[in-house]
Amino acid sequence: MDRPFAITLDVKSSLANHTGAWRTERPVYVDRWPPCNEKCPAGENVQAWLYAAEDGSYEIAWRRLVADNPFPAIMGRVCYHPCETACNRAQLDRAVGINSVERFLGDEAIRHGWRLPEPAADTGKRALIVGAGPSGLSAAYQLRRLGHAVEIRDAGTQPGGMMRYGIPTFRLPRDVLDIEIARMLTLGIDLRPDTRVTDLRAELSDFDAVFLAVGAQLAHRAYIPAAQSARILEALDVLGQTAGGERPQLGRRVIVYGGGNTAMDAARTARRLGADEALVVYRRTRERMPANDIEVEEAMAEGVRMRWLSTIKHVGAGRLSVERMELDETGFPQPAGEVEELDADTVVLALGEDVDHSLVDTLPDVEIVDGVVQVDAQMMTGHPGVFAGGDMVPATRSVTVGIGHGKAAARNIDAWLRGAPAPVEPAREAATFERLNTWYYSDAPHAIRPRLEAVRRTSDFTEVVGGLDPQTALYEARRCLSCGNCFGCDNCYGVCPDNAVLKIDGAHGYAIDYDYCKGCGLCAVECPCGAIAMQPETS
Amino acid sequence: MTPAFLDPGSVEMTVQNVKFYQVGSRAVGNRLLDATLRTEQASPARRNALTSGHRACQGCGEALGARDVLDAAVRATEGKLVAVNATGCLEVFSTPYPESSWQLPWLHSLFANAPSVASGVAAALKAQGHDEIRVLAQGGDGGTVDIGLACLSGMFERNDDVLYVCYDNEAYMNTGVQRSGSTPPFARTATTEATGAEPGAPIGQGKDVPRIAMAHEIPYVATATVAELHDLEAKVERAMMMRGARYLHVLVPCPLGWGSAPADTVRLARLAQRSGLFPVFEASHGEVTEVLPIRGRVPIEEYLRPQRRYAHLFADPPRTELLARIQAIADRNVARYGLDEV
Repeated sequence: MDRPFAITLDVKSSLANHTGAWRTERPVYVDRWPPCNEKCPAGENVQAWLYAAEDGSYEIAWRRLVADNPFPAIMGRVCYHPCETACNRAQLDRAVGINSVERFLGDEAIRHGWRLPEPAADTGKRALIVGAGPSGLSAAYQLRRLGHAVEIRDAGTQPGGMMRYGIPTFRLPRDVLDIEIARMLTLGIDLRPDTRVTDLRAELSDFDAVFLAVGAQLAHRAYIPAAQSARILEALDVLGQTAGGERPQLGRRVIVYGGGNTAMDAARTARRLGADEALVVYRRTRERMPANDIEVEEAMAEGVRMRWLSTIKHVGAGRLSVERMELDETGFPQPAGEVEELDADTVVLALGEDVDHSLVDTLPDVEIVDGVVQVDAQMMTGHPGVFAGGDMVPATRSVTVGIGHGKAAARNIDAWLRGAPAPVEPAREAATFERLNTWYYSDAPHAIRPRLEAVRRTSDFTEVVGGLDPQTALYEARRCLSCGNCFGCDNCYGVCPDNAVLKIDGAHGYAIDYDYCKGCGLCAVECPCGAIAMQPETS
Repeated sequence: MTPAFLDPGSVEMTVQNVKFYQVGSRAVGNRLLDATLRTEQASPARRNALTSGHRACQGCGEALGARDVLDAAVRATEGKLVAVNATGCLEVFSTPYPESSWQLPWLHSLFANAPSVASGVAAALKAQGHDEIRVLAQGGDGGTVDIGLACLSGMFERNDDVLYVCYDNEAYMNTGVQRSGSTPPFARTATTEATGAEPGAPIGQGKDVPRIAMAHEIPYVATATVAELHDLEAKVERAMMMRGARYLHVLVPCPLGWGSAPADTVRLARLAQRSGLFPVFEASHGEVTEVLPIRGRVPIEEYLRPQRRYAHLFADPPRTELLARIQAIADRNVARYGLDEV
């Protein structure tokens, strides 16, 4: 070849020079575990469904959501959203309103009539679910999706358990509950209401596996000296009757005794039933109150008053005496010796609920400790093939926890039915706030959900918290930082000085070209969401 | 029938009509953003004017900055672009004989004469009737603020149709980190040792070439960093829409010379701007027309501490008096250019 004067070599591209050989660390795309997912008792993949919602793909988002939870519209109303408490965005401005977006998706699904995914092919296995509360329904849904035949038996006339009899309608309108349960049952689940299971041993021969989720509905017994004429009601009765459309007569001055969510719901219900004064009496301090903060705040906004560090000593007719308490050094309340008289037309007891475990009395290998049924890590009781979950096993009692139990039990039951080893959740690295490069995120204040004006919140049972309109739901979804999971911002592709990040079709949309990557780590540091890890080269 | 709970009329709504895209326009791209609003660097079709296999150090700010600028210029000129390069890191690491990393017509002559060569290329193209082919000259701070300053001043003074881009890494890095006219006060280099009452590079000396360029009253002068890609690309695009002499000064951190982690290159460029030490602005015919306001101002320590060239300022005891003098420079920049966020 003819070359110019003094030129001995042909022009070559630097592409011949594989600078990847310099590398001591290599960038790797990872999916870290966002705090919202980690803290969701129902095990929802929150970040993944928010990702779909961010570009308005609400049906895709909803489908990701219902893989873990068949009740988004219920959940978006009654969940105490520990996901938002854990949300990394709270350290920037305010947590993402995950719960409000979930409700929006749930309501969208109802609006458009989206159907749940069809069950897998029949496996020929039969499972019995005892109890049609959140836990039982969740287990039934998941087992049916896996192709098992499912029969639910419930002592109540209508399904829903505590969602129907315990949660007031101003938090969960019953048509929402009915629609979401009915949608689930159309998958071919055999629901038998008004059917109490009394002897479990007798049922075992007809089924390959059993999931117990009868909940906790027995009002906790506590001895309170009371006059014959004193009017004392159980909170669960008040809530159940009210939810059923009755208006129990509570009088003008109502005292609710207890500090849990049931106490708050009972006090808020009392206000709506016409009580001018609803006073919660609780023996410890607000900090030690088991009720969720949201419930306490809503109750106080509705004029419910609180009397901390107090116990009821005696209930008379229209009056009761209350003793002031002090916390001792262990944090336990002790009587301080001061007694005060209060007026009260009705005392509503909300001192906790116990489990009716009589149905396992015929199964001696099912262990019961402190009144609750013991289960192993696979949610199985001591009796092979009998699983349990929800409020009847040791755990925080909430709808969300129940749904999580149902899902976890269903997956373990499925493995057990197939003779497969129990499914193991892979350990994942947490997507902590420190791993984010928050510089890139836009400032965006939290969207506030509309709330019913205060006057209506004490006069009728209209739902208190409203939903988001589509614009605001989209906005709120886009506030998600996508912690630990790539959201396609192109930073890695743009900041690599060596063009060693490629755009591809695939899970992450990007790939590292290790022929040229020098391992500088710029992509990892500039990744807003911490989805790139630097790993040492081994060879 | 629509159930009552779905009726939006039952409760008062606060409508949020905000266009909001998670990372807005700060990141390189954004799947939620229209493709035309993303940077050129987000495009799979970008030219990659400086391609892989070049021998720049890990995390090289100059290699990144050069690709950012040239890809944007290639897009702005629809591919009709010639680059002229001064001697320096950029030239050395991209073209060890007989390899080249350049994916556009590229010319190198000497250390001092890149502006003059570029003027000549522009004149030759004009003589051939190729007004559509544009010329971009580029060099490091050594070739620009010291060795090539006379040629650059001539190019400005004649208002030749060239965009000159200086990638400023604040010393002669290629030859072993010697001080340049752009080395900031108290920075240690091979020729400004960290000893004595005023260690490192002298304070009150050096050349502010953007302001020297403005003094020539040329049509366009701008500064930028590799941390603000949208800003940098917009400036390149604006420059390529004009004719005459234009000057763009880009801060490009150098892990080797600054003694910083290669992964911190973009972060340090960002901190330089956020501390006020590197003002980012645009000027037209000698007047500042636009500034990039500081979003979340940081004390200079946050920018200086990760760099080993300033390690002597943070020894035991720290040189607080010297740090205060650097802070005063940042404060003066903020006041002079009005960098405070409104």
